[in-house]
Amino acid sequence: MALFASVDEVSARLAETGYLASGEVATAVFLADRLGKPLLIEGPAGVGKTELAKAVSAASAAELIRLQCYEGIDEARALYEWNHAKQLLRITAGRGESWEQARADVFGEEFLLPRPLLSAIRSEHQTVLLIDETDKADLEVEGLLLEVLSDFQVTVPELGTISARHVPFVVLTSNGTRELSEALRRRCLFLHLDFPDEELERRILRSRVPALEESLAAAVVEMINALRGMGLRKPPSVSETVDWARTLLELGARTLDESVVADSMGVLLKHRTDIEIAHEKLQLPG
Amino acid sequence: MSTGTRLVEFVRALREHGITAGPSETIDAGRVLEVLGLADRERMRAGLAAALLRRGGQRAVFDQVFDLYFPLGIGAPDAHAETLGQYREQLAEALASGAASELTEAARTGVELFGAVDSDGGFSAHQTLEAIQPQTLVAQVAEAVASGGFAERLARDTARRRVAEFRERVRTEARRRIAESRGRERIHRHAVTPSAESAELLALNAERLAALRRTIGPLGRKLATRLAARRTHARRGEIDLRRTLRRSLSTGGVPMRPAYRKPRPNRPEIVLLCDMSGSVANFATFTLLLVQAMRDQFSRVRIFAFVDKTWEVTELFEATDPDPARIAERVRSRVAPVASLAHSDYGRALGTFLDWYGDAISAKTSVLVLGDARTNYGSPNVADYGAIVATARAVHWLNPEAESRWDTGDSAAGAYHALAPMHECSTIAALTELVGRILPV
Repeated sequence: MALFASVDEVSARLAETGYLASGEVATAVFLADRLGKPLLIEGPAGVGKTELAKAVSAASAAELIRLQCYEGIDEARALYEWNHAKQLLRITAGRGESWEQARADVFGEEFLLPRPLLSAIRSEHQTVLLIDETDKADLEVEGLLLEVLSDFQVTVPELGTISARHVPFVVLTSNGTRELSEALRRRCLFLHLDFPDEELERRILRSRVPALEESLAAAVVEMINALRGMGLRKPPSVSETVDWARTLLELGARTLDESVVADSMGVLLKHRTDIEIAHEKLQLPG
Repeated sequence: MSTGTRLVEFVRALREHGITAGPSETIDAGRVLEVLGLADRERMRAGLAAALLRRGGQRAVFDQVFDLYFPLGIGAPDAHAETLGQYREQLAEALASGAASELTEAARTGVELFGAVDSDGGFSAHQTLEAIQPQTLVAQVAEAVASGGFAERLARDTARRRVAEFRERVRTEARRRIAESRGRERIHRHAVTPSAESAELLALNAERLAALRRTIGPLGRKLATRLAARRTHARRGEIDLRRTLRRSLSTGGVPMRPAYRKPRPNRPEIVLLCDMSGSVANFATFTLLLVQAMRDQFSRVRIFAFVDKTWEVTELFEATDPDPARIAERVRSRVAPVASLAHSDYGRALGTFLDWYGDAISAKTSVLVLGDARTNYGSPNVADYGAIVATARAVHWLNPEAESRWDTGDSAAGAYHALAPMHECSTIAALTELVGRILPV
């Protein structure tokens, strides 16, 4: 079942939730929905990868199920787990019953703890499954994802195979700290999300910080783009642009000048060396 | 030509440029075209990229090939300008506005007016840009862009960025025009710039070097996580079920004392020994930066550099210097005060290394030697290399030269190769693959 009817509808409905998508992003979302394939989003930190999944969920009124990956995550935390403690209690409570009875009972729905992947598959409603920071997980987890993402089914040996009632809209994000396996990539549509172009970023600023004057917004965006071109360790992200614009409003600045920029640089840049470089290149005092 | 045939040819051209799209991707791409239609070119581009690409760095190559196979408009544009002067006026306006459509239009006109090489349909981006000299418009554009106040300092940057964008569009347009007149199958083979990672390390120009430098940081991080993942797997003190059950036999099957898995032992030490002479220095710098970016994965990284004698340069890398170019310069000035006169002397370098820093190598140390093993007809000093190999836990030699060139001329690659493995490592992609594989956990 398709969530969206056209690329334009994707743009419009995402915009209603406050997420301004470029044509590229809207096309990719539309295709992922239409072709029923997971969408793999890569890009630098802070360009709105996770936000996109949230916006799709809000725009299509589907429940968002999030699997946050981290180093050492395993099947028991991603897919499902048997509630061992409860099983032990059940076995102790039923002393004296036969092996057949105990076995049939202990591996039932009641003792199953569904984790995000299984929840998304079993859900009664349309869901958006966000697998965040996939690159942080170990290689074994990717193998697990392969089965889930290609057939949208999960096999629990004791219960049998569970197939999805609704194919979830799957978004995988990656910061590229580790190369994802070729097999996983091939099952996904790929979207490289980069910093927005100047025009889009101005529009984002206008929608997020409506009180900001047009000319100041233009100057802010120009400044941010210059900073991104300086080869910093951590170039300012879109959310930092928005934070900075809000800071400028709070400071009552009407135009950018040396002292305002120097004072508020900490909002944009988070490393001492980055701030030094910016000071040098922008010829700021002190 | 039907859309299907065009698509298959397009995918085949991509494959020749290292974008490995299989049949399943081609089918996806076909479905993409079916769903999206052919009306909107930019949507098609985005859709095909989503179906055919697998990683970010491939996009530049994809765009170039896409422009060849799905060109914007056909034929020559109507030229509005008569003279170079008029044209430059129009271009300056387009640059000042910064709108994508105007820049494209300007590029098309520019190639039409100034790019034709000969009568049978050759076009040259180089010739076009030489005639237009867009870089001389920077000041004029900056003035037009400047909105007054502080932002003026950025105006020149903005203008420069737009000029660079214009140059790219001229190159695209020239490629398209050539393809139109000479057949795109021939053109894509020669005219598409390869992606940064597959470029040869020994033959790079400044622009590509800068592009490569930007990829080093993320690359190092990537490899570091890979190593960390290899090491810390099973490190969280998980319950070892088998041993727990075994223990529980003594308490009547009740697991009283759970057994945990033990974390793995400590981190290894790395010693890098780098040839910093002329041609190899680029390669050595990249490898150094790469290893340095992963330094938190090792208990100790010590870096030694040599041209004719070996010096320790570890502390140069400990300062957080964000500029790789400067660091290479500083290493070189430390090692070879008179850089232009020095030739690499492997024999002496290995000798001085053992004499002065022999204690750096122990059974816990892995040694990476970076260099082309060209001795300038001096002694290769195989005995001292043998001593290093005997002491260290592992020794690997990374050679930026192609294997076919080893042992030609003054290369002593074979002599060293006999003692410890030597790896050909001529591109960043090969380097990454190799470093990820041979570095100890």
